[in-house]
Amino acid sequence: MGKFSVEHLIRTRLNWGLALIILGLVILLILPQFLGPFLLSLAILILFWAYLGQCWNIMTGYTGQFSFGHAAYFGIGAYTSTWLLVNMGINPWIGMIIGGIFAMLFGLFVGFLAFRSGLRGIYFGLTTFAFSMVLLFLSSNLAIINKTMGIQVPLIGGDSWLLFQFETTKVPYYYIILGMMVVSNIVVYFIGRSKLGYYFKAIREDQDAAAALGVNLLRYKMTGMGISSFLTALGGTFYAQYFYYIDPDLVFGFFLNVEILLGPVLGGVGTLFGPAMGALILTPLSELTRALIRQPPGFLPFLLALQGRAGVDIMLYGLILVVVIIFLPQGLVGWIRQLRRRGHRYLEV
Amino acid sequence: MGLLEVKNLTKFFGGLRALNNVNMEVDKGEILGIIGSNGAGKTTLFNNITGFYRPDGGQVLFKGENITGLKPHVVCQRGITRTFQLVKPFAELTVLDNVMIGSFIRTSNGAEVRKKAQGILDFTGLRGREEQLAKDLTIPDRKRLELARALATEPELLLLDEVMSGLNPTESAAAQELVRKVRDGGVTILVVEHVMRAVMSISDRIIVLHYGEVIAQGTPKEISQNERVIESYLGRASFA
Repeated sequence: MGKFSVEHLIRTRLNWGLALIILGLVILLILPQFLGPFLLSLAILILFWAYLGQCWNIMTGYTGQFSFGHAAYFGIGAYTSTWLLVNMGINPWIGMIIGGIFAMLFGLFVGFLAFRSGLRGIYFGLTTFAFSMVLLFLSSNLAIINKTMGIQVPLIGGDSWLLFQFETTKVPYYYIILGMMVVSNIVVYFIGRSKLGYYFKAIREDQDAAAALGVNLLRYKMTGMGISSFLTALGGTFYAQYFYYIDPDLVFGFFLNVEILLGPVLGGVGTLFGPAMGALILTPLSELTRALIRQPPGFLPFLLALQGRAGVDIMLYGLILVVVIIFLPQGLVGWIRQLRRRGHRYLEV
Repeated sequence: MGLLEVKNLTKFFGGLRALNNVNMEVDKGEILGIIGSNGAGKTTLFNNITGFYRPDGGQVLFKGENITGLKPHVVCQRGITRTFQLVKPFAELTVLDNVMIGSFIRTSNGAEVRKKAQGILDFTGLRGREEQLAKDLTIPDRKRLELARALATEPELLLLDEVMSGLNPTESAAAQELVRKVRDGGVTILVVEHVMRAVMSISDRIIVLHYGEVIAQGTPKEISQNERVIESYLGRASFA
């Protein structure tokens, strides 16, 4: 095959990719017209987890610094905007940004301590986890944020874009989280093609080699941490405005740390589409499990034994995680890439 | 004044004196070889020059400026780049991406970086492999990549840690050729090498380290005839 045809192949594939993305966006934009209330809230949840997964992915997937404590930033975002709304009457959109800044400052603080002392790999992950647990216990004991009782978002009794609250329809929430998800993907796309992204990946692959080539390790790790924690906190505010209620377990909880990273792990860590792909599979699965356990259908009588018990979806998550780590260590996207590369080899022969 | 001056450099590992008052100078445009047996302190010397270790005493001057104890990335920005004895490719990235990461130190413009990196792949003979993952390269190509990536940072002084060891004679000759070509492009080179034949043939000058001390320096010919070096390192048989 000549050089021209190979380039042509690549170019057409790129165009196909672009066409697919645009098609996907159009579908996502008109989708709410066709969804009933149940499917609409499922779609919102999928987008929500895809967004959070991407936020986590920026840091762990690209700089390779494994975070096991992203609930910390999520919770800071949720609590900051909600507290400001309830106690100071500050608009949740503004509270969202303030929460993002607080979470970023906290993330940079954690990052500075951990990176300066040279913590890598699992030790860094444990440190982030410890900090998220500190916030869980702190928030459970602080009277100013109602301890474990949590905070209720005051209902305005109507729909308002300005006040970030919609009572009669969930469709606006869908578009808000869709916008957030798309923006997070665009951010990752552009990071991936810039010096920042190349330096992130260099750090992930080999820190010593990166440093020898002029990469300021601390600065770039902190940058990844800052972007990731800021964006994660915005998701916290969305959560509070969508569910009208937060408490320490919901937004700082142990399990949230796991849930955030499940999507990207299944879809492919360090890939652009991994988090969305993971969320697209995991969220319906988890909702389905919950629904089945809540009300086992007649043809699955053995589920009656589990009826009303919490935690089955968590067990399912654990199972999926084990299977993914054993059979798809690179995630779905990595697996597809591998297939493609193999396909290439056959083509060349 | 040399391009790089090392003055009384001392490094301890616990009670072990890994480097003991090392003094040396690298002149602009030369290839200076450092030889010595295992544990002589060659790699430790590299690590102290490039900021991976902080020396316990002494100074490192580059172009007359004190760079002792600067962080590795700062040392690289100043114009000194090192390679690693055990090559450290960015395994899951392509060859081109590996080299581009090196080029980004001088400019943030992606298109320019890509072009520069491609030029370096041409220069180092890695053309045609740009889309391969670094982990799929053969050992000689990995060593080439290590060198290519370092060159991409446009160093004035290049520190090569055993780029020729582990290669067969043909590959080693090709590597020597490449190192000379780099020098002819205006880069000063400091090489640590185990393979005596290779280092003798490419170096303008040689320094011999023995238990952290400089015991001799001179041209390859002088070194090969130096009594103390023969006694402590080369051995009688090989060069008698």
